[in-house]
Amino acid sequence: MSKDIRIKKGLDIKLIGAAEKTTSQSNLSSVYGIMPEDFHGIIPKLIAREGVSVKAGEAIFLSKDDERILFPSPVSGKLIEVIRGARRKILAVKIAADGKQEYQDFGKKDASKMSAEEVKNHLFTSGCWPFIKQRPFDVVANPNQTPKAIFISAYASAPLAADLDYTLAGKEFELQTAITAISKLTSGKVHVSVSANSSSPLAKLSGIELHKVSGPHPSGNVGTQIAKINPINKGEVVWVVTPQDLVIIGELLLTGNFNATRIIALTGSRFSKPHYVSAIIGASIADITKNNLVNDNTRIISGNVLSGTQVKEDNFIGYYDNQITAIPEGDDYEFFGWNKPVFDKISTSRAFTFSWLNPNKKYDLTTNTNGEHRAFVVTGSYEQVFPLDIYPMQLLKAFMYKDLDEMEALGGYEVAPEDFALTEFICVSKQPHQKIIREGLDLMRQELG
Amino acid sequence: MSLKQNLHNLKEKYKGTKMAPAFNAIHTFLYMPNDVTRGGTHIKAADDLKRTMNIVIMAMVPCLLFGMFNAGYQHYAAIDASLRDNVLVNFFTFDNFWIGIIKVLPLVIVSYGVGLGVEFIFAIIKRHEVEEGYLVTGMLVPLIVPIDTPLWMLAVAVVFGVVIGKEVFGGTGMNILNPALTIRAFLFFAYPTWMSGDKVWVYGAAERANEIAAGSNADAISGETILGSYAQNLTTDYSIFDKFFGFIPGSVGETSTFLILLGAAFLIFTKIGSWRIIVSTFLGAAAMGMIFNQVVAADIITSSSKFYGLMSTAWWEHLMIGGLAFGAVYMATDPVTASQTNKGKWIYGFLIGFISIMIRVFNPAYPEGVFLAILLMNVFAPTIDHYVVQGNVKRRLNRAKLKTV
Repeated sequence: MSKDIRIKKGLDIKLIGAAEKTTSQSNLSSVYGIMPEDFHGIIPKLIAREGVSVKAGEAIFLSKDDERILFPSPVSGKLIEVIRGARRKILAVKIAADGKQEYQDFGKKDASKMSAEEVKNHLFTSGCWPFIKQRPFDVVANPNQTPKAIFISAYASAPLAADLDYTLAGKEFELQTAITAISKLTSGKVHVSVSANSSSPLAKLSGIELHKVSGPHPSGNVGTQIAKINPINKGEVVWVVTPQDLVIIGELLLTGNFNATRIIALTGSRFSKPHYVSAIIGASIADITKNNLVNDNTRIISGNVLSGTQVKEDNFIGYYDNQITAIPEGDDYEFFGWNKPVFDKISTSRAFTFSWLNPNKKYDLTTNTNGEHRAFVVTGSYEQVFPLDIYPMQLLKAFMYKDLDEMEALGGYEVAPEDFALTEFICVSKQPHQKIIREGLDLMRQELG
Repeated sequence: MSLKQNLHNLKEKYKGTKMAPAFNAIHTFLYMPNDVTRGGTHIKAADDLKRTMNIVIMAMVPCLLFGMFNAGYQHYAAIDASLRDNVLVNFFTFDNFWIGIIKVLPLVIVSYGVGLGVEFIFAIIKRHEVEEGYLVTGMLVPLIVPIDTPLWMLAVAVVFGVVIGKEVFGGTGMNILNPALTIRAFLFFAYPTWMSGDKVWVYGAAERANEIAAGSNADAISGETILGSYAQNLTTDYSIFDKFFGFIPGSVGETSTFLILLGAAFLIFTKIGSWRIIVSTFLGAAAMGMIFNQVVAADIITSSSKFYGLMSTAWWEHLMIGGLAFGAVYMATDPVTASQTNKGKWIYGFLIGFISIMIRVFNPAYPEGVFLAILLMNVFAPTIDHYVVQGNVKRRLNRAKLKTV
């Protein structure tokens, strides 16, 4: 049975620089990097030392809390450097690729004949477990729990997001294999959501419950879909996997190799030719964006403009990201910017802001905050872009004053930082919503989790 | 070097010093800052608090200008009633406007000067940026006081209102009571003889009364508002036209229902003002007015009662006279002190309208109940929100219960 999801509250942020549907092959980078910070809440423990040679798929660190969870090297080569920050926190592990890409062999598996325990162990040893994330708390899944359902969003509605129908085309076999395997990990269903008017390669898979999603962003956010399909109650857990990661899991089962190659969208007005490139997880930004990026006062983002991470050219693409966005920095003053009519920026109000006149116009937004940080003043605006059955401002305030009872009662288990990206975008008081949510979730996880 | 560059250098120089907030307040008034996003969303929508507040101020400018003309018009018409025969000719004259300039403009200047002064001092002491909330409050205050309010009284009231009404709670966004209404309430309770009665609403009325008392034989200037007359079971000569367009005595900016409705349309169109609160306040006032009309129609209250005058006033007339429309559009909608949930806004607005008319009818000593009603509901707004939010919490708990059954 297919249950359709229609979202009315939300906002599509239309920007210049959507990726053209051509894919170029990026050369194998010389250096790859894995950043433990991509795996929020994981305390890494290195198992490979500097100077050691690793194969693609061979673990380089593990989680201190659960040593079964391994984090693999995406390429074969030599571990050349561990970059540490304050209190010796590991910021990045750099691996110099040897150019041959030798895979560690995990053995071919027949997904349909594996038991739940075998699937779990196979994902542990092959380093694919981190692809499975959980709600509540939006962290790498705790393997000791059994999720009530698994959710996969095959519809990306974020600004300039990679078109998953395009990037996943032809991967039906891998996707099916992966879904057959992971569906054994849940007592419930595997929910897959696709865009209402698309030909997603995930639409025809078996063993899933298909949902057609329509409406503005955040309709593609898996958090929105969970809330509409099967909201999380206290004590329940759902797991979430992205379809691009399913492909990697599927290929692992089919070939025995951990092939972390994915198609990445280069988007934003600062790319001279926004399009797709095929690259391996952890590739350096400079290599992926070579001869394309206009790097003059440019903000480079691994991910989308709402929830992505700011990176520099010598950094690496985030472990879960399939998009790099480049937009102009906005570090300039604007004369009487607070009261003159605005035509070149997006707004949900009509306070001499005229984006409502032309809803299909594409904008070239900068990183300017368009005003200073203030206390919460305006009410009722977040609700217009927030489709969950939660009072967003009340929840944010509860997260700020850290009242655990209220955080729980108001729906703290149901949210992830990315669900508050749009409210943060339109916030008149320029409050850091996603940061507030992230810190609140960490506290909840520590105290209640 | 350009102005932009000079100011930027000064900003860097003052950074971290005590004077930084004061400098930044002026700097950001001229130039939107060069801050870029750090963490979180990399882009932000165009609106900030300055823009939001600016829209509210612009919605009030027509009321202010009208109030300036009306100050003079009420003054001259009180001396020579024949001016009322042809309002449109005798209203928009320079003589009228001049009275506005010498009487209303000083109110605006004192309100902004004193209020912003207090804001700057607090910003410097508490090391936060100067917040925009007072831009609106400072504009509201001169519009809701009687024209003959002495400037020193206004200054004292503004200091009280900003410090006790807002800053002690932590500034804009944290206050419980609407600061402008706190100022108005302070004036009313601290100087009751000045703020009520029939002598403060028209420029010169009090002065002339003193002259007469001293033996002058000039005619007295009547400065009675319509509400005041009704409360004494008197009738007035003002036509519906006068009442709707505002050619009547009253606080500076509250008289023209027409311009207030235009302001409301502007606030609703720009999505700055909450239409829920505006509509429900009028609904609540109309409901209470109708109940009173029915009471009179059923002969429960007869013309011998002291409540008869205002109780028999048609419900739709209640919406036009006094400060109801102004309160509904500009004061009740203050997002910080109003209910913050959409459902709560309906309840909050309705009760403001309802209680306003109730106070108006049952409090003949001072028939203007709007500001008291809004202050009262300011206090109850968090309670309303609490119950609305509890509805959401209960739904969540029920969902979990159904699951386990």
